[in-house]
Parts: sequence; structure tokens; C-alpha cells
Amino acid sequence: MKVAITSTGPELASRVDPRFGRAAWFILFDTDTDDSRPVDNSEGVEAGSGAGVSAAETVVREGAEYLLTGHCGPNAFRTLETAGVKVIVGVDGTVGEAIEKLRSGELQAAGGPDVGPHSGV
Amino acid sequence: MTRPLFRIAVASGKGGTGKTTVATGLAAELASRGEKVTYLDCDVEAPNGHIFMRPGIEESRPVEVAVPLFDNEKCTACGECCEACRYNALACLKDRVLAFHELCHGCGACSMVCPVGAVSEGARKVGTIDSGTAGACGFLQGNLSVGEAMPTPVVRALLRRIPDEGIAVLDAPPGASCPVVETLRSSDLAVLVAEPTPFGLNDLRIAVETVRKLGVPLGVVVNRSGTGDGRLVDYCEREGLEILAVIPDDRKIAEAYARGVMPAHTHPEFARVIGRLAAAVTREKEPA
Repeated sequence: MKVAITSTGPELASRVDPRFGRAAWFILFDTDTDDSRPVDNSEGVEAGSGAGVSAAETVVREGAEYLLTGHCGPNAFRTLETAGVKVIVGVDGTVGEAIEKLRSGELQAAGGPDVGPHSGV
Repeated sequence: MTRPLFRIAVASGKGGTGKTTVATGLAAELASRGEKVTYLDCDVEAPNGHIFMRPGIEESRPVEVAVPLFDNEKCTACGECCEACRYNALACLKDRVLAFHELCHGCGACSMVCPVGAVSEGARKVGTIDSGTAGACGFLQGNLSVGEAMPTPVVRALLRRIPDEGIAVLDAPPGASCPVVETLRSSDLAVLVAEPTPFGLNDLRIAVETVRKLGVPLGVVVNRSGTGDGRLVDYCEREGLEILAVIPDDRKIAEAYARGVMPAHTHPEFARVIGRLAAAVTREKEPA
């Protein structure tokens, strides 16, 4: 299963970025193989508008089934939900810790966006 | 006596410097001098000129922007439209495209690049234009709908409604961003209202640079003169900016404003200053 985690840096030891659309990086992690790969989100960080939509497209394109992040707004949520990606908000600590929490079943998918639009600006 | 239209934009850079006080006062004063005047509230995010103009609104028309509608039968989710969209208003998923209309600027690029003709143009209401009369003045105001992020289409629709004769007084939004540029760009004269404070000077500089880039002649009204320091007036002298009028810092003007009364009605000194401003802009309008 592929998981995308918003991250402040390109490592598993980096902290989870609380923002989704304007997160610095996404870490793509495969829970079957333990492979991980950083995806740069400078396009989202610098987007004039629609950073959440753009980031959601990236996560969908990368084939993630889960997104772990701090907060997720309505446009990003709608995009991810339509594509069948499960969104988990309120995640903190390091990226590695977030993956362990997901594995231990501690994390629950959100039923909707937890913040309004433009919250990560 | 019909004359070609003359557009005066009252702008400021900084918010709360007295744009509406000056613009409504100027419109009423010019009308009392027999000019055919239309007052336009271009601060569509927070129009408040009506409080002082007290217009009778005769008509309210919707402002619509173009938005893309997708025919999911035709759409192949090729992603060309999402690539073309500068505003990330489209998300391309495996089997379809999602459109976020509140992010759309209505440019039409998506329908132009679609190879299968799946995109057609719909309309979305983003605000209204109210029109009526306020005493001898024509009155127009734009209202951006609550929750909408883009005021410029409403400003553009408002400016299209200016009559083609007389004088139009445009009460600009604060700042120096898109809706302000839209208000200023077609003006014949920009009147920049500024306070003689460090903040006032900083924001006046930004406004002056913006107006100069647009090539619009400009003059300055110093409001709340007596507060702050002399740097704003020094700046105007150095830059060769004409000070069209000086409004003294007077609590009575603020009290009238707070009651929703035009200060000219209760405050003779303010009326004299606005009279001089009206004479100055009329001179700009008809150079000898």
C-alpha cells in the first residue's frame, strides 16, 4: 500500500508538514516494501492559487491510497476523495513516526476537510 | 451642456485615509456646481459610499463570470486543460476532470486546448451592480458576493456602466492590487488621499508608483493634516506632486463621518477644502 506524507524535508526523519497544499515535500512510502521516495512540492509552495488542488493531483498521480498530513482544506479533500485517496489529518511528529502510527492502526481517516480554503497560506 | 466624460479616481494605497470622505464630498460638490456627476463605489469588497450618498437604488443587476462546464461523455481526462490552467482550478484524475469554479478566472484556456470539445462555457454569479441616483448625482456601486475571492470582475462590470458624459468620481478600493489598478487604469486623473504619517507616506509612495506606471496624471490630498510629521509634504515637493487640497485633523469631521453625514454639511472648513479640490480637478479637466 502506498502512503503519501506531507513533510518539511526529504527524509523519513523529517517532521510532518502540517500544511497539505503548500507542504515542502511529500514522502511516498510503500508499506509492502518499505521503499520511500521524496517528491518535491515547490510548485505547490509557490502556486498563486489552488495549491491544494495541485498537491492533490500530485498525490493521486503518485498512486497513493492514503494521505497523512496536519490539515486538509475543502478543494484538496474533494479531489482526493473523488480519486479514492483516504485522508488522515492531525498527524504530527516525524514522517517515520507517522508511518508507524498508521501501521499500528492508531490513525483514522477524516470524513471531511478540517480547515477552510487558504488555511496554509 | 454635454461634455466628454472625465474620470477622477480617488485612491490611497493605505486604507482608512479618507477616500470615501473625499470621493463622496467631491461628487456632491461637483454636482452642486452644475456638473453632470456619477459617483461609483469601486470598493466592491466593502462599499460604504452609500452611507453618505444615501442613494435611491433603482436597479440591481448580477455580475457573472465564465466558468467551464465539462461534458463527461466526451472528456477523456487527457489532462491538457489542467496543464493549461494557470490558477489550478482544474484537477485531472484518472477518469475525469474536477473543476473548482471559485478558483477560475474565466480565461477560457481550458476550452481552447480541449482536443475533444468537452468544455463549454457556463456562468457563475459573483456579485451585483446597484444603480440609482443620490440627489443630483448618478450612483453606481459594485458588491462582491460574500465568500468570493476575486473583486476585479465586479469592478470591470461596474466601470462598463459609466455614462459617456459628464464627470465620473471613482471611489477606489484600498491597496495597490488588481481591483485598484482596474479602477485607475482608465482614469483621467488620480486623486491620492494620504495621511502625513510614516505609514501614510509608505503607502502613498506605492500608490504613486502604481499610478505613474499606468500613466495617469495625479494629485495628492493631505488628510488629517496636523498629525504625524512633515515628511509626506516634503516627499510631494521632491517628487513634484501637486497637493490639491489639505484637510485639517478635526474631530468634528470624524464625528460627522461616524454618524454617516457628509462632513461638508456640518463643517464649513471641510466644505471650503472640498470646494477648492473641486475647482482644482475642474482645472485639470479643462486645461486653459
